[in-house]
Amino acid sequence: MLLALIKIAVLVFVLMTATAYLVLLERWVAAWVQDRVGPNRVGIPLTKVRLWGLGQPLADGVKMLLKEQYVPSHVDKFLYTLAPISIMASALALFAVVPFGTIDLGGGYILDLVVAPGIDVGLIYIFALSSVGVYGVILGGWASNNKYSFLGALRSSAQLIAYEIPLGLGILGVILMSNSLRLEEVVNQQAELGVWFAFLQPIGFLVFLVAACAEAGRLPFDLPEAEQELVCGYHTEYSGMRLVMYASAEFIHMITAAVLIVLLFLGGWHFWGITGSEPVAGLGLGLVRLLILLGKIFLVIFLFMMVRWSWPRFRFDQLMSLAWKVMLPLGIVNLVVVAVAVEYFNDAIHERPWLASAVMWAIAIVVWVVTAIVNPRRDDTNLPRLNDELYRPDELGPPSGGYATADLTAAR
Amino acid sequence: MKPDDPDINWIEEPKLGLAGRMYLPLLLKGLTTTTRHLFSKKVTVSYPDVEPTIQNPLNYRGVHRLNRDEQGRVKCVACFLCATACPAHCIDIIAAESPWPDREKYPQSFTIDELRCIFCGMCEEACPVDAIELTSLYNLTGRSREEMVFDKEKLLSVYDATKDAEPMKSASLGGTK
Repeated sequence: MLLALIKIAVLVFVLMTATAYLVLLERWVAAWVQDRVGPNRVGIPLTKVRLWGLGQPLADGVKMLLKEQYVPSHVDKFLYTLAPISIMASALALFAVVPFGTIDLGGGYILDLVVAPGIDVGLIYIFALSSVGVYGVILGGWASNNKYSFLGALRSSAQLIAYEIPLGLGILGVILMSNSLRLEEVVNQQAELGVWFAFLQPIGFLVFLVAACAEAGRLPFDLPEAEQELVCGYHTEYSGMRLVMYASAEFIHMITAAVLIVLLFLGGWHFWGITGSEPVAGLGLGLVRLLILLGKIFLVIFLFMMVRWSWPRFRFDQLMSLAWKVMLPLGIVNLVVVAVAVEYFNDAIHERPWLASAVMWAIAIVVWVVTAIVNPRRDDTNLPRLNDELYRPDELGPPSGGYATADLTAAR
Repeated sequence: MKPDDPDINWIEEPKLGLAGRMYLPLLLKGLTTTTRHLFSKKVTVSYPDVEPTIQNPLNYRGVHRLNRDEQGRVKCVACFLCATACPAHCIDIIAAESPWPDREKYPQSFTIDELRCIFCGMCEEACPVDAIELTSLYNLTGRSREEMVFDKEKLLSVYDATKDAEPMKSASLGGTK
């Protein structure tokens, strides 16, 4: 009990600090990509020590804390307050089952670096809680009583539901191969095999990567809060600490996505020649494993941040067609390939994992090329075309009975 | 306007080739561009720590100055063209009869509200005798609004301070001396 509380305290502290510094990192990456230097002035308070701007999160936090807790008069007060709490709570609670390794402290005492060790439905728990996060978005958009917020919330719900399916299909492949829903077990299997699941099921990895990016609402999938179209999306009406809760929940979602990618597909704490493959490690090795795990998570987050500035945002119909016409079929293909491999070639995979992953990569490349040739999105129209049967407004003429117009005089 | 109006220029989106439809090459291209910029030279000038370099002071639009002629008199003839051209209405001139025989009027008072000025350079363009010019002084600060309203003496002193570093543009361009 006490141990769990300590773990929770440490986890929440680390997560919130990480979030604050990820905001700084995001601003740095944004600046560097745009040939600027980024925030570099704030250092230790009340001194002239600048520390490359590492004091910025503290300054931002104090600023946001001291802001007025303003609630617009037109909002639904209860839901307005509940929404950021629910999104934050679900984002944080999700980390209860994320394993950061198991350390043997000696004397028969084994420390699991998880808040809730040994939960058999870990993956389902994560999947369920990441879906709860949608409620925060929808509630916030609805309670704000603002059309832009509501549009953002609607977009978000459609997007999150659409991308949850490829996300689930990506996870299914991992479950099939590892035969377990426990995250510790998934990581241990990858370590034992010596080949990460990203190598063994590349299509699944790709589908999961894209879907996780969309679930975290990162560019190029940040439709729910597209600034150019929706002011700020679902948190337009929020300010002060409530806005901070939304913003940090977003960053925690990104951390979650990165953690899941690393645990499910990039081998968790495993690295060849450094960490060994035993499930339980001594203190020194355990810390090394922890560092490797955090390093991998950091790299994936950094990739997310670079992606943000590399590729333009999808249009909403492109987003949907990508989810339903490309990602969903690819996910099913991955599921079938993995199912066949596990059913008929399980021994071969365990004997020669590298050969198996080479075969899987060959299959992935073939599938990829075939997808490009078949082009599931070939019927997507981008512009109203001159010869398009659908776009002939003048030839249609007015509908029988005239155009439907609002009769304002009658209403009076 | 009908869809088949000849004035409408319909543009089709270019068709993606196979490589384009495979996404990955294009995605990698974008990623390499951003990665290259990650390490490229930064353009930011950390201003109070580092002074910016001004490429050509003659083109720069900074603080105004009122030029003097060879005899040290103010060149302005109080024609009000600059005040008329000014979109921000920051130039205020009071004209008086000139004490000198070579011109009819001269500015008894000539003030520019530097806080209202948008540094567009229209006054400089409008001036027929090249009396008002923009210098390359950019660090313009003051402790009160009144201090930022530059009068004739101050504008002439700006000329005295900058005439060596930035000679009158008119001289090099063949305008009035």
